[in-house]
Amino acid sequence: MLSMEKKMKRKKNTAEHVIHGIFLILGLITVASVLLITIYLVISGIPAIREIGLFEFLLGAEWESTAAEPKFGILPFILTSVYGTAGAILIGTPVGFFTAVYLSKFAPERVKKMVETAVSLLAGIPSVVYGLVGMLVLVPAIRKLFHVPDGASLLAAIIVLAVMVLPSIIKVSLTSLSAVPKEYEEGSLALGATPVETCFKVSVPAAKSGIAAAIVLGVGRAIGEAMAVMMVSGNVPNMPSLFESVRFLTTAVASEMSYSSGLQRQALFSVALVLFVFIMLINATLNFLLKRQKER
Amino acid sequence: MRMMKKMISVLAAATMLAAVTAGCGSSEKTVATDGSTSMEKVIGALGEAFMEENKDVNFTYNPTGSGTGITAVSEERCDIGLSSRALKDTEKESGLTETVLAYDGIAIIVNPQNPVADLEVETVAKIYTGEIKNWAEVGGNDAEIVLIGREAGSGTRDGFESITGTKEKCVYRQELTSTGDVITTVAQNPDAIGYASLASVKDSVKALKIGGITPSEKTIKDGSYVIQRPFVLVTKTDKKLSKTAQKFFDWALSKEANDIITAAGAVPVK
Repeated sequence: MLSMEKKMKRKKNTAEHVIHGIFLILGLITVASVLLITIYLVISGIPAIREIGLFEFLLGAEWESTAAEPKFGILPFILTSVYGTAGAILIGTPVGFFTAVYLSKFAPERVKKMVETAVSLLAGIPSVVYGLVGMLVLVPAIRKLFHVPDGASLLAAIIVLAVMVLPSIIKVSLTSLSAVPKEYEEGSLALGATPVETCFKVSVPAAKSGIAAAIVLGVGRAIGEAMAVMMVSGNVPNMPSLFESVRFLTTAVASEMSYSSGLQRQALFSVALVLFVFIMLINATLNFLLKRQKER
Repeated sequence: MRMMKKMISVLAAATMLAAVTAGCGSSEKTVATDGSTSMEKVIGALGEAFMEENKDVNFTYNPTGSGTGITAVSEERCDIGLSSRALKDTEKESGLTETVLAYDGIAIIVNPQNPVADLEVETVAKIYTGEIKNWAEVGGNDAEIVLIGREAGSGTRDGFESITGTKEKCVYRQELTSTGDVITTVAQNPDAIGYASLASVKDSVKALKIGGITPSEKTIKDGSYVIQRPFVLVTKTDKKLSKTAQKFFDWALSKEANDIITAAGAVPVK
């Protein structure tokens, strides 16, 4: 009888081990993918940088990849990506932040539900649709409104990106604002502070690092976007200027990769590597902020 | 009972093995092509017709772009590479051969509202290099010309720039990644000018006459419309095509295929 029980237990243990093993393998697939992509990008991105020279590559102002004497300077791409992302965050953050504050502290339940659904829908729209609407509505509108010859510009990209980062900013800010303990707010109200004072002097400071994380997440979304931006920004490797046609790091890779060869192709991998480093830095910042929030 | 099970598994294994070998056998009956997206219509129509005539053949086309197609054939990842530009000397030296399949006319397109209808090739070149900046200089409205082009490496761009002699000198306002995007953009901006394969030009834009010649199949074939480029089949010089691929290759270049190429909007060689 006893041995029978032992046997059963052993059997159960083996099943348990097998399942654990399967889960481990599944988990490792993710890790392996990340490692594989990283290693591949580094290996294929380094040769062109070596050949061109790191400073000439990063700080060169001219990109003529198919010329007889090709020039591979990606400073215009880097600056465009930085300016474009900064612009999108500058517009998207106030809108997203105040929406989140309103939703979490002031909005009636029904309004809150409605707006939250709309935000989720906004997050689910494919980027090519953003691009299409931008191309067919926004670009002609900018041309007419500002009396410029063509509307495809950095400004168009900034506006599209600003709308695209809204869901990330709203959702994460909302979560961290809702996580502020009720006692804090009740204490403030009991001391005679108005609801608005309570909100901005107690709840928002308490949710500070969560909101910061929301913004960083928005930065990540904006800097990594390719499709929508490609359709509204004109794609010419100019130094960034609001009404000029510009090319981002992402679109530089996406627009030329399909026809590229030789050093041009290697240089595109290097551009991807630079973008990858940017995104890694953003992720590191995000992790740091989230960790700090947890510790509090 | 156990014996029975064993027999079944052996049988199953044998069937599977047979299926695998059969799969290998059929792979000899494929024609794999890879390359120029501009050739999609022509090669798609040819492939379909070829499969219709040879039911056991599997024809594949991978629309990746001329550069990728040429790389693919040199790395033996496909039977025939497709390029919408002539091969460079370095590519020929690396052991590739080009065979012209057909010609494609590149139309210069403007917005239908634009009063300009006829330009010389030299004028088009001057517009694209930024020497002429205003439509008024060529008989149009007083408005800045908006130059729409394709991305570096595109077959259409390469064709346009090499024919007009504007290589590396074009000052584009927009570099778009597909013919459709170029047409949409030109259709929306009354001051825009762009270029696209004649076969894909629609009513939403106006194709300009070049030196008084309207782009059409006839004018491209007789050479009077000058902005045109070759559609090229790329093969390895020192490696024979598979039997099926060779059959397709010969058939595509024969008179039989002419109607199909014409129907797809390009102009056959023979």
